[in-house]
Amino acid sequence: MKQLPLSRLNDLFAAISAARKLYIPADDAAGQARFTVWQEGTALSKNLNTVRSAKDLFFPQVENLVGFKVTGKQIELIESRDPSEPFVLFGVRACDCRSFDILDKVFLAEPADTYYKSRRENGAVVTMACTRPAETCFCTVFGIDPTDPAGDVTCWQDEKNLYWRANTAKGEALTEMLPLLGDAGEEAVKTQQAETRKILGRLPLKDLDLRGFDGEHMMELFKSPKWASLSESCLGCGTCTFVCPTCQCYDIEEFNTGSEVKRFRCWDSCMYSDFTKMSAGQPRPTQLERFRQRFMHKLVYFPANNDGVYGCVGCGRCLQKCPIHMNIAKVIKTLGEDAK
Amino acid sequence: MKNDPLIPMIGVVTKIRVDTPDVKTFRVVGLDGKKPFEHIPGQCAMLSIPGVGEALFSITSSPTQEDYLEFSIKKCGCVTDWLHAMDEGQQVTLRGPYGNGFPVDTDFAGKDLLFVAGGIGLAPLHSVINYCRHYRSRYGTIDIVYGSRSKEDLVDFQEILDEWCGEEGINVHLTIDRAQPEWDGHVGFVPNYVKELGFDTSKTVVMCGPPIMIKFTLAGLMELGFDKKHIYTTMELKMKCGLGKCGRCNIGSKYVCKDGPVFRFDQLDALPDEY
Repeated sequence: MKQLPLSRLNDLFAAISAARKLYIPADDAAGQARFTVWQEGTALSKNLNTVRSAKDLFFPQVENLVGFKVTGKQIELIESRDPSEPFVLFGVRACDCRSFDILDKVFLAEPADTYYKSRRENGAVVTMACTRPAETCFCTVFGIDPTDPAGDVTCWQDEKNLYWRANTAKGEALTEMLPLLGDAGEEAVKTQQAETRKILGRLPLKDLDLRGFDGEHMMELFKSPKWASLSESCLGCGTCTFVCPTCQCYDIEEFNTGSEVKRFRCWDSCMYSDFTKMSAGQPRPTQLERFRQRFMHKLVYFPANNDGVYGCVGCGRCLQKCPIHMNIAKVIKTLGEDAK
Repeated sequence: MKNDPLIPMIGVVTKIRVDTPDVKTFRVVGLDGKKPFEHIPGQCAMLSIPGVGEALFSITSSPTQEDYLEFSIKKCGCVTDWLHAMDEGQQVTLRGPYGNGFPVDTDFAGKDLLFVAGGIGLAPLHSVINYCRHYRSRYGTIDIVYGSRSKEDLVDFQEILDEWCGEEGINVHLTIDRAQPEWDGHVGFVPNYVKELGFDTSKTVVMCGPPIMIKFTLAGLMELGFDKKHIYTTMELKMKCGLGKCGRCNIGSKYVCKDGPVFRFDQLDALPDEY
């Protein structure tokens, strides 16, 4: 375990930034935290979490795949991949860190997505333990410990110090580049963890019961009549999918710049009618089917294909952002009875 | 840039054959003039015209065709409109093959096969049928029930007459929806025709066609006493990646692009009917 007085946090960021591109959660003009490239003067946000998840750094909202030059009947391929460089992602919460494992199961499964893979290889993840979890937090339901997050390096912060523990070879290599970190014991961290666990024990969603949400109950859950009332108010705005750290569905589209056709991919949402609409028909004609798909995917289909791992990390962003206050916690509570 | 699953290769359309008023068959080779890649009957490939779009099509030619890939494509949307309007010599992009394909060398081996197709639904079965014809001794009798709206809408009609119909052990049963002057064959819908013909239930069935044909043919086969474990079909849902990652072609926990497109009806019964 290493430590650093908080008064020297800026020096730490400067040291990392000298070697790698560094992203930290920093507040925008509206006071909302976003992962921002650190430069002299960028202050670490005191917000619990970023508005958008950390997935942006590995799976950006839009990225170029390839370009084409079309001349008459001829087509020429043009390299158009956005370059990936080594970077450090500092201040990731335990929930977002777990989301990378879930995204890995999709993008690194054979055949691996090389765009995602190169960013994963280039990125070092420095997590930050939570001390003030919010009432929308329920990561513990998915077996995540926000007082001891994973990542290449885990950090804790109290009133005086930052504590730093390397977890992986990538984390060790980063630590070696930072001689300003001094040695530390684990006492301060243990005390803080005990305090945070008391708060976790009082969170309203800590007892969400996931029993029965699995491939075995796929048909019962799919056929539940409760989807109608659950989805009734859904506007199909897609906000939940855009702030979700595990939503990974994407679209591939093209843009003609005049001199070449750029083929890019961008985030998509199963909440949109276009998502499955084709000339032959529409398998999900109403918002009920689209709403059901999103939650069935996270709570049933994904675990059925991935040894019981759910496609949710309990970050609570969808609870905070949904304009009609519908969310996965309500879905779990309402459908839970059908699953047992 | 090569060998990336999302980056296509360039192909050339060397021949375009007009099959029906709205179906054309496109012959595609690589820039080197050779077959772009090997495939299993029932697998698909992504074809695109940059600036127009990319879409998934089943490969119509048999793997035993060593020189090229062929795609029989119905004109029904943005990409297919463009494909139908282009000329020979046009380059396209393609990537694949995708999907599981039909179990031609395992479950189908030694079996009597019954193919049931409607309209453009013959396209994915065409590859299997010609594969089975090529390795004729590996399979029992082959029955083909194929129907469409009219005589003009029968895809590969000339090949069916010239090649399939005359072969020993292959029985072709053609039908059209409504009678027309120059047609002396069967008239009526495919599901009824299958029931009229009344096949032996030991046959393995391979079916593809419009959803309404599938639904009623399946019901008819059930009445005849067939087992869903021996009835195969091939599915089509909207796809973007073809690799099981873009997230839109799922039927329950299965992705059509990766776990399909070929499914048995007992497998589909265990999945939500969202297709």
